[in-house]
Amino acid sequence: MSLVSVRDVHKYFGDLHVLKGIDLDVKAGEVVSIIGRSGSGKSTLLRCMNGLESYDQGAIILDGMEVSTDEFQVRKLSQSVGMVFQSFNLFPHLTVGENIMLAPTLIKKTNKAEAKKLAQEVLEKVGLGDKFGQYPEKLSGGQQQRVAIARSLAMKPKVLLCDEITSALDPELVGDVLKVLEQLAAEGMTLILVTHEMNFARDVGDRVVFMHQGKVHETGDAKTVLADPQTPELRQFIGAVL
Amino acid sequence: MGYELNFGALLEYQDVLLSGLWMTVKLTVVSTLLGIMLGILGAAARRHRNPFLRHGSKAYVELIRNTPFIVQLFFIFFGLPAIGIKMTEVEAGILALVINLGAYLTEIIRAGIDNTPKGQIEAARTLGLSSRQIFIRIILPPAFQRVYSSVVSQCIIVMLGSAVVSQISVQELTFAANFIQSRNFLSFESYLVAALLYLLLAFLMRLIFNLIGSRAFSREEKQS
Amino acid sequence: MSQFTDWDILRNLLLAARWTILLSLLAFAGGSIVGLLLTFMRISRRKPLIWITRIYIEIFQGTPLLMQLFIAFFGLGLLGIDVSAWTAAALALTLFSSAFLSDIWRGCVESLPKGQWEASRCLGLNYLQTMRYVILPQALRIAIPPTVGFSVQIVKGTALASIIGFVELTKAGTMLNNATFEPFKVFAMVALIYFLLCYPLSRASQYLEEKLNVAGKRA
Repeated sequence: MSLVSVRDVHKYFGDLHVLKGIDLDVKAGEVVSIIGRSGSGKSTLLRCMNGLESYDQGAIILDGMEVSTDEFQVRKLSQSVGMVFQSFNLFPHLTVGENIMLAPTLIKKTNKAEAKKLAQEVLEKVGLGDKFGQYPEKLSGGQQQRVAIARSLAMKPKVLLCDEITSALDPELVGDVLKVLEQLAAEGMTLILVTHEMNFARDVGDRVVFMHQGKVHETGDAKTVLADPQTPELRQFIGAVL
Repeated sequence: MGYELNFGALLEYQDVLLSGLWMTVKLTVVSTLLGIMLGILGAAARRHRNPFLRHGSKAYVELIRNTPFIVQLFFIFFGLPAIGIKMTEVEAGILALVINLGAYLTEIIRAGIDNTPKGQIEAARTLGLSSRQIFIRIILPPAFQRVYSSVVSQCIIVMLGSAVVSQISVQELTFAANFIQSRNFLSFESYLVAALLYLLLAFLMRLIFNLIGSRAFSREEKQS
Repeated sequence: MSQFTDWDILRNLLLAARWTILLSLLAFAGGSIVGLLLTFMRISRRKPLIWITRIYIEIFQGTPLLMQLFIAFFGLGLLGIDVSAWTAAALALTLFSSAFLSDIWRGCVESLPKGQWEASRCLGLNYLQTMRYVILPQALRIAIPPTVGFSVQIVKGTALASIIGFVELTKAGTMLNNATFEPFKVFAMVALIYFLLCYPLSRASQYLEEKLNVAGKRA
């Protein structure tokens, strides 16, 4: 039984057909990397999975729930799926600790002391235990992104969606963030990432999904697909990225 | 010039002046607090799902910003009782000030809200916050901070505008100056002193708002 | 009791509105002239001139317009100049407008990138030439929307001239109210006329601002 199941999903932006019948299944504990050129629809697909973006046809089932953009449904989904963004999106007026405690206290009604303990725990996990009282603007990009991951983890999601989370970082800060992901993968967290980090996709990922012109063009075991691409498009893409 | 200014003669009226000043301070504090609340509600209405609220808020802002405060005041104080809504001079004065300030602040705060990065709202939705929680917790605080200095300026403008409520006999600073000059005929001196007191109030208001702002919007590390 | 028909009320208000318009135009013209002078003083790079304009602006932005009207009305009298309410109102509104306009215009001049000054200097232009050919033409463009916007404040400001006895729209309103005892109707009409005067100016200001922003982005 798959945790995320995408069935024949179509999506239009006006006249533009951005997703042309996507099928995808992700099992619990899998690490799936979605790769492809910009404009291939990979970020849109990811954003459809937690209701940030609507789709026009097909179905997405996540943890047994039908995904839609309805506010009530999105809130229910947030218990099962977390998301980390390219631009971190930490709340600038809240400290690191408050950023993390916000959703558990508001949505899960966790009491303050417990939420604090939880926040401290997830911060330790991303290696930023000493930043609890700090405001986001005082942190480096890499640190901010790790806080964003911690903030998602505090909701104890079953799946974590990562939308190009290292793309906005200076090269020397990418490693710290990927290390956190690697650790999460090792602990059995289900990860679906849109990424340009081919080494990470190969070494840590279980499966690669190559998207091209709104379709899944090629998919399979990460190491096999990346080492021996079957389609000229993927071959060309890998050649351009590496 | 053949005239000597006589400020000494004002001394015997210092109680009148002080009680007028005190009334101006009270009017300002109350209308600032209520006006900020109204401005936040107005800005929230501007992005509400309900089109009546959206358009109502816009119409309110345009109506108030394009008519003089004194006409608004007269309409409230003289016009509303004619249709059965009665109130005291002070109540009418405060109501007019709050409605006036609220309209300007609606527009100012809305501008701050419009500059909210889309990602902030998406992140909050992803974490499961409701629309109301997102507005109150995620959108409003940074937006208010972004436009804080405009909010402060507008509150000061309304404090200065409160001089006009003397025209419906609210016994504030301008009323006191009117009263004194009607007794001792030292109009110029009376109004000059009142003007200086307004200048002082404007200065103090900015000082106090800045203090509040620097405390409220501090981004220094918090001890947990 | 009321021998005034609605039409009579409206007609009298409209007649009085002419004075509101005239006073507004006068204050705007006077305010622009004095304001321009202040703006040049403010951007002159001469410390004493800068300080004078700063204090001037602080005073007129930090005190109620009503006080300024009173002081102009009674203060000029003290100087032996016999002033009508009309003169006092025109004077006070001129000074009031000049403070705000010069503050707006200084902001426009200062909002231009420093590179404009540096580039002009490299081309060998002196201060006045730089002003005349580089800075002012650009500043003028961005100054138009907020200037039109401020004209709304002037129109509304003229309403306070009613308090020193000048018969314009608001004063006519209070007089008609005393004659008809229909405050709701009279003041609603007064407000409507002000709205009809001010709203087009507000919209024009917004429109010009948007147009400028679009042009700015394209550039």
